[in-house]
Amino acid sequence: MKQPLVDHVATIPALQEHPASPSAPRRMTLNMGPQHPSTHGVLRIVIELEGETIRSAAPDIGFLHTGIEKQCEFTNWAQTVTLTDRVDYLSNLANNLVYALTVEKLLQLEIPPKAQWMRVMLAEIDRLNSHLVWLGTHALDIGAMSMFFYCFREREEVLRLKEMFSGQRMMTSYIRPGGLALEPPRGWDKMVGKFIRQFPGRVDEYESLLDNNPIWKIRTQNVGFISIEDMLDLGVTGPMVRAAGIPLDVRKTEPYSSYEKFDFKVATRTENDVYARYRVRLDEMRESAKIIEQAIAGMPEGAWQANAPGVVLPDREKMKTQMEALIYHFKIVTEGYRVPAGEVFVAVESPRGEIAYYIVSDGTQKPYRLHMRTPSFGNLQALPTLLKDLLIADSIAALGSMDFVLGDTDR
Amino acid sequence: MSNPLINTLIHPAILETTEPFGETTLIADAAQIVDLCRYLKSEKFNRLCSITAVDWNPKEPRFEVVYHLQALDPTPTTVIPVIRRLRVKIRVSGTNPEVDSVTGVWRGADWYERETFDMFGIGFRNHPNLIRILMPLDWEGYPLRKDFPTHGYKYSYKGEEAK
Repeated sequence: MKQPLVDHVATIPALQEHPASPSAPRRMTLNMGPQHPSTHGVLRIVIELEGETIRSAAPDIGFLHTGIEKQCEFTNWAQTVTLTDRVDYLSNLANNLVYALTVEKLLQLEIPPKAQWMRVMLAEIDRLNSHLVWLGTHALDIGAMSMFFYCFREREEVLRLKEMFSGQRMMTSYIRPGGLALEPPRGWDKMVGKFIRQFPGRVDEYESLLDNNPIWKIRTQNVGFISIEDMLDLGVTGPMVRAAGIPLDVRKTEPYSSYEKFDFKVATRTENDVYARYRVRLDEMRESAKIIEQAIAGMPEGAWQANAPGVVLPDREKMKTQMEALIYHFKIVTEGYRVPAGEVFVAVESPRGEIAYYIVSDGTQKPYRLHMRTPSFGNLQALPTLLKDLLIADSIAALGSMDFVLGDTDR
Repeated sequence: MSNPLINTLIHPAILETTEPFGETTLIADAAQIVDLCRYLKSEKFNRLCSITAVDWNPKEPRFEVVYHLQALDPTPTTVIPVIRRLRVKIRVSGTNPEVDSVTGVWRGADWYERETFDMFGIGFRNHPNLIRILMPLDWEGYPLRKDFPTHGYKYSYKGEEAK
């Protein structure tokens, strides 16, 4: 039996409260998206306007839904890594990392320190990538076009680093259960070090380009306020919350992958507006650069993969000379490894907020259920509250300050 | 080794407490879930992290609805032993699955419950706007149920018969 097709958003109660009396101001419904450039992906927002003020906004998501959670139930544990890349195109390594940590918790694998430090470094490189794209596109939305070119200049270098490690610019699949996918290339420390030494100067450059611009300040300061209570009630995480003065950061509260050994501050501001969110992300880029420098300087020696022959693919050289290695290789590639039955929930701090995977295993070669708690989905829920009573011209700035990725929202 | 703090949580809805992989899990009575969530919110677990479900087809009760809660506390875990995260599970029957909505406790439960409804067909009583969120509104079936096929359903590729 087919349901009658009604407009997805028109059924939302907030939009049905049209003014009853004729003297009440007239409201206009405006459809924004799903192909609007400032929505950063395919997001549709139905906005109700009173003059130029937004009285209600109803986001309509799901245009990018690809059923990744369902696909994960049909791929084995090793293959699933490549699906986690595709959840969020700006923070692939954070998604790889949280998947690897979850599976390792089920397998109770011990990860060698070098792999842990490399993971921290790569996660921070990923954060730079994400924040650079955010800053460039957000400034472009507001009208500061040249910022886009400055940010993408550095982003190109970040992508080259990712390519140097994994062979891929975006879909890296570099962090895998058991360690890393490949041995870090020779001279990686020099390449990363060269980039990271000049990077804080580049951040200062962005800061002076934007902060000396009165238009930027007028467009961002005192715009897009949302109360702390609302944010926590609606499940907002990441730089949005930190810009309101709450030092909520999984890297500090529940350190994973040796984050506790690094010296860094959680960037916070108290203004809780679009400008504060921009400053928080700038400060986070500086902190990330510090973490990467510490990781290069103190990188432990030793193995970059766990000693788990049934899980980690054997070395190519050993595979060609040793019988056992060949058998393990064959077994991992053909039937996959088994993961003990159980359920775990692991959260990490992605550039957008808290990303958490909940995996249920039934002891077979495939995940029984993999739920992704993605930061964009949680944050986007606050959009109606954020946009309420805002001028329509400010909505672009407020929307951009949330920094969501629609692939991450819809999965 | 179980965390001693687990025994400080006392509520009639809690049927069982376990700690698989060091993660505190409460198995609760589905009928009292709203009351339990109110209690847990007052007991420092003030943030709702996510709501999802697991389909154990063909076992009965078929579904498990899983709530992940977090205690927002800026002190680092190493200083005092605290339960930072809590998992609450309720079991729901496969025939006409329905539970009470917790949107009255956390407004953020809204989209997670819509997603669970969309993917598993579990109804949430007293939800303000329980419609599909990710799938098209006229979609038939619930994609994350174990009896929903990955392809061949209704639509087919060239040279393949629709099932």
